[in-house]
Amino acid sequence: MSKQTIIELRGIAKHYMMGSEGFYALDGIDLDIYLNDYMAVVGSSGSGKSTLMNLLGCLDYPTAGEYKLKGTDVATLDETSLAGIRNREIGFIFQNFNLLPRATALQNVMQPLIYRGLAPAERKQRAEDALAMVGLQDRMTHVPNQLSGGQRQRVAIARALVTEPAILLADEPTGNLDSSTTVEIMALFDQLHSDGQTLIVVTHEQEIAERCHRVITLKDGRLMSDQANKVPVKPLVSGVAAHV
Amino acid sequence: MSNLNFKIIEGTRSAALSIFAHGFRSFLTTLGIIIGVASVIAVVSVVQGFSANITQQFDGMGTNVLNIESYTPRKERLQGVRAKLTYDDYLEIKYRVPGVSNVPPTVRIWGSNAVITYRGQSSSSMIVGTASTYQKLNTVYPERGRFFNLSDDKSRRRVAVLGPSIMSKLDIKGDPIGQHVAVSGEWFKVIGIAEKRGKLFGFDQDDFILLPFSTTRALLGGAEEPDIIVSLQVDEPSQLEQVKQHIKNLLRRNHKLSKDADDDFEIATADQMLDTFDQIVGSTTLVLGGIVGISLLVGGIGIMNIMLVSVTERTREIGIQKALGATRFDILLQFLIEAVFLCLLGGLIGLILGFGAGSLISNLTGLPSATVPAWAIVLSFGFSAGIGLIFGIIPAAKAANLDPIDALRYE
Repeated sequence: MSKQTIIELRGIAKHYMMGSEGFYALDGIDLDIYLNDYMAVVGSSGSGKSTLMNLLGCLDYPTAGEYKLKGTDVATLDETSLAGIRNREIGFIFQNFNLLPRATALQNVMQPLIYRGLAPAERKQRAEDALAMVGLQDRMTHVPNQLSGGQRQRVAIARALVTEPAILLADEPTGNLDSSTTVEIMALFDQLHSDGQTLIVVTHEQEIAERCHRVITLKDGRLMSDQANKVPVKPLVSGVAAHV
Repeated sequence: MSNLNFKIIEGTRSAALSIFAHGFRSFLTTLGIIIGVASVIAVVSVVQGFSANITQQFDGMGTNVLNIESYTPRKERLQGVRAKLTYDDYLEIKYRVPGVSNVPPTVRIWGSNAVITYRGQSSSSMIVGTASTYQKLNTVYPERGRFFNLSDDKSRRRVAVLGPSIMSKLDIKGDPIGQHVAVSGEWFKVIGIAEKRGKLFGFDQDDFILLPFSTTRALLGGAEEPDIIVSLQVDEPSQLEQVKQHIKNLLRRNHKLSKDADDDFEIATADQMLDTFDQIVGSTTLVLGGIVGISLLVGGIGIMNIMLVSVTERTREIGIQKALGATRFDILLQFLIEAVFLCLLGGLIGLILGFGAGSLISNLTGLPSATVPAWAIVLSFGFSAGIGLIFGIIPAAKAANLDPIDALRYE
């Protein structure tokens, strides 16, 4: 069975000028990401993890190389088309949740659908479905500071999922969460993966990386290793799905 | 395009949310607009109310009415020369000018001679000596009793029609018709009370007494011939200019004016007076509009300033929105809507305050009641929205052009 390629990176580099000295945040990355990949990106800080995430998420342009997303060369797209890709193909999950503070959970989840220009009734229906999927159907009218960290991250996940993106990009999704909440969120990721979602998780926590089915390691902007976890580890706690 | 509609609705909702989230700040921000619009509306409502009242009065006079008055240039007046329209002038106009009807002569007396007394009360009011046709030209109709007629004038009867204010000034109790008041020491029988006209510029328009013209002439005695105002109605409006020319020639001949001398009289139509008045109102409105425009400009700068602060405050939010797929246009639209919304809100508050202030001014000064014309409302809202657009565009563009990564990292 041949795997369907979603993302192709060829010789991707990102060069920054810091004063008179330049340096490469990313330096010649070649990478293929396939449908339903469950991939961890690990590496020490400054290794280029975040830069890679920003490039994959079309928030940033590479200075060299080619990035094809579902066969489209991203470099040829203008700002508005990139916004469209972020809206339709990418779901972002951030370490600090990045919810809009004054908006309720429901409004936060509806937000990306506004940019898609959907009618209010359809926005609401889809957002409610997404919140129900992450187990927050009875927290929809709460604003972020009325929610716990785990609940906030689940709102953020619902917001990322509501657009039915091709890939989910999670940047240290559990970095601000305690260990039991981390388990909940990772169980949710496992669930999404088994439902067919493609996930990329940037992390520096070994346990998180071990749960993913593929791990790539970056160092000084270069791809050091790309290995499959041969035996997907069993859940950290059995029956975690009950938590979510 | 329905997509845009949804975005505008959503933008308005989020603008309302963020404006009311900082209620007091938003209020202070829009204060410039509020004051600007309030002053426009206050001024316009007072001027318009006043103007509507004047126009109404001129309308009563009809467009084919001419008023002929003596006119002395200022320079000559200082030298003690006084032009005058005499009774002979009046008779010439009345009988020699074809195509005119209802030609009442009018003398006005005020000052020390114009004292009316009744049972120990006295009042200095304008005394108008005129003919029965005066009521048709000036639309002064008796509310009670009757106006004097031709025979009253012919037989120099001592009868009077009172303006309603005189009643209270002289403290006349009971039915005034048939009672007697003294004018310059002579007794006059009250035969009618005129309809109330109210105040104009703070002047009481009901403080007058109307007497038959011939009676008034007799009252003044032969000491000095009075200066007469002649009013008349031109039967055919198309003949107006010819009638004016005719009167002009006639009076110049009567007054023995040499060819290069200026007229020592003025012939004015109601239309002309109305035009002059409209010009005055127009230029007043324009000057005030200019002043108010400056205050709106200052208000607009205030809006821009706070919108710039708001963009900085919400940098991170903008970053999130961009990560979720908001285009530059989406962000631009959102901040523009917020600026316009803020200004329109200020405009609305200003409108209400301005109308309140206008009404208050009218009530306190006795001017006619304030009216806000539709164009002033449309103009203030249009102007407010325009200011929102103009001064919102820089902050909105700043927000739209933020780099998503920098914006997301912003603390």
